[in-house]
Amino acid sequence: MTTIQEAASALKVDNLHAWYGESHILHGMSFTLQRGEIVALLGRNGSGRTTTLRAIMGLVDRREGIISIGGTSAIALPPHLVARLGVGYCPEERAIFASLSCEENLLLPPAQSSGGMPLEEIYTLLPNLAERRQTPGTRLSGGEQQMLAIARILRTGARVLLLDEISEGLAPVIVDRLFDLITELKSRGYTILLVEQNKYFAEPLADRFLVVERGKVAMALTGAELSAKADLVDRTLGV
Amino acid sequence: MFDIPLQVLLGQITIGLVNGCFYAVLSLGLALIFGLLNVINFAHGALYMLGAFGVYLAFQKLGVNYWWSLLLVPVVVGAFGALIERFLLRRLVGLDHLYGLLFTFGLALVLEGIFRDIYGSAGLPYPTPASLRGLMDLGFMRLPIYRVWIVGISLLVCIAVWFLIERTRLGSYLRAGTENAKIVQALGINVPLMVTFVYALGAGLAAFAGVLAAPIYQVQPLMGSNILIVTFAVVVIGGLGSTAGAIVTGLALGVIEGLSKVLYPEVSSTIVFIVMAIVLLLRPAGLFGREA
Repeated sequence: MTTIQEAASALKVDNLHAWYGESHILHGMSFTLQRGEIVALLGRNGSGRTTTLRAIMGLVDRREGIISIGGTSAIALPPHLVARLGVGYCPEERAIFASLSCEENLLLPPAQSSGGMPLEEIYTLLPNLAERRQTPGTRLSGGEQQMLAIARILRTGARVLLLDEISEGLAPVIVDRLFDLITELKSRGYTILLVEQNKYFAEPLADRFLVVERGKVAMALTGAELSAKADLVDRTLGV
Repeated sequence: MFDIPLQVLLGQITIGLVNGCFYAVLSLGLALIFGLLNVINFAHGALYMLGAFGVYLAFQKLGVNYWWSLLLVPVVVGAFGALIERFLLRRLVGLDHLYGLLFTFGLALVLEGIFRDIYGSAGLPYPTPASLRGLMDLGFMRLPIYRVWIVGISLLVCIAVWFLIERTRLGSYLRAGTENAKIVQALGINVPLMVTFVYALGAGLAAFAGVLAAPIYQVQPLMGSNILIVTFAVVVIGGLGSTAGAIVTGLALGVIEGLSKVLYPEVSSTIVFIVMAIVLLLRPAGLFGREA
């Protein structure tokens, strides 16, 4: 039995334009994520990948086009109502709050729907956070802060996750643990839009890859195509 | 210096403590509003004045007694603050901080102007409620009961606000919003509503201080402007980002000011600003503020 709600794609972005002040950053981004899919946005710095996530959340100065989340239009919604459509946003700067304890950070986003990960399960999955629940948020290590930034959106019941550069600046052993965490989330059917600089992190995780250049999708590739066209992609990314 | 009678010294400390309570309650609201809205609320003194006029007018025109006013005036002024934020201040979001400052400064002038036009600049008396009249004998000194009441109820309100901010879920939203309001909103919290609430809370606290002040100070249109400057100094000295810091700084400066009146009266009107200059030289973020 498929209802209309279930048939709608988890996230659809069509001809999305976005501005910061007078700067026109996104020039017609278009892509669709089906439920349970992981899609990675690849591209150079400044190509508009982070802005794409921020535009979906409503954190840009102005945006035009179509953003549809589970069939509901989000283009005119303020950020907190976008979040309530079941979107969890993990910003690049992680945004762990210094004046809140680890647990307060974890409990900050209000539950959007039932089916969020219970606190006990988060603590089982990420035992470090359980040990440090009373520690001020920014006293945690970089890796712990990143785990916390992801964990706090899992608790809300969000099913569409926007993750910005989560592997950036972390030790390889932590990156491996993040990889396992995302793999676990994939098996649980989360829909994930990843912004990644690290191709080696994104490649085994994502179902599809979108190469972003000058604010729009320049190439859309499957995993197989990505490895086949590795040279071309590397040149585009400038690595 | 040592020939000062103990009674005089203790008397000034008490008066200082009372002033310190007003500073604490006012600076608490000011710091909350600045933290979340990034607005330097120059209307804070006018809201305090509205509290004092509120209790005065409620008594004169409607016969409402002190106790009901203490409860209702802050609620009414808080609601007025909510309207100001929702329909006027909100239009300035995203513009330079200076616009918020200029707007609230203008608002204060308008409010003070209206009351000056109707009631003149002379102070209006408000009777101390009967049950709080008289002196309390502590053995070594006598204290006016009303001043003890001010200190007691102000500390209670300060502790309640501290608890709200530091120990509740709503408080964690406020603290996070002070750090990064946009991200807090992207995490699903209705930040615009929270902003309205915080401005209303600040306005209500200011009005509460105004109600308390009515029986001991003259109720007059410019009473807020006079206290506001010192309150700004308190916020600067305490530093932003610590609720307890705002409370402690307010009380301490009141006492320091009181002591200076006994020890070296010539400096009593400037002592707060001298302390401010010293603190800024040694700790630019304020005594309890977090370094950026």
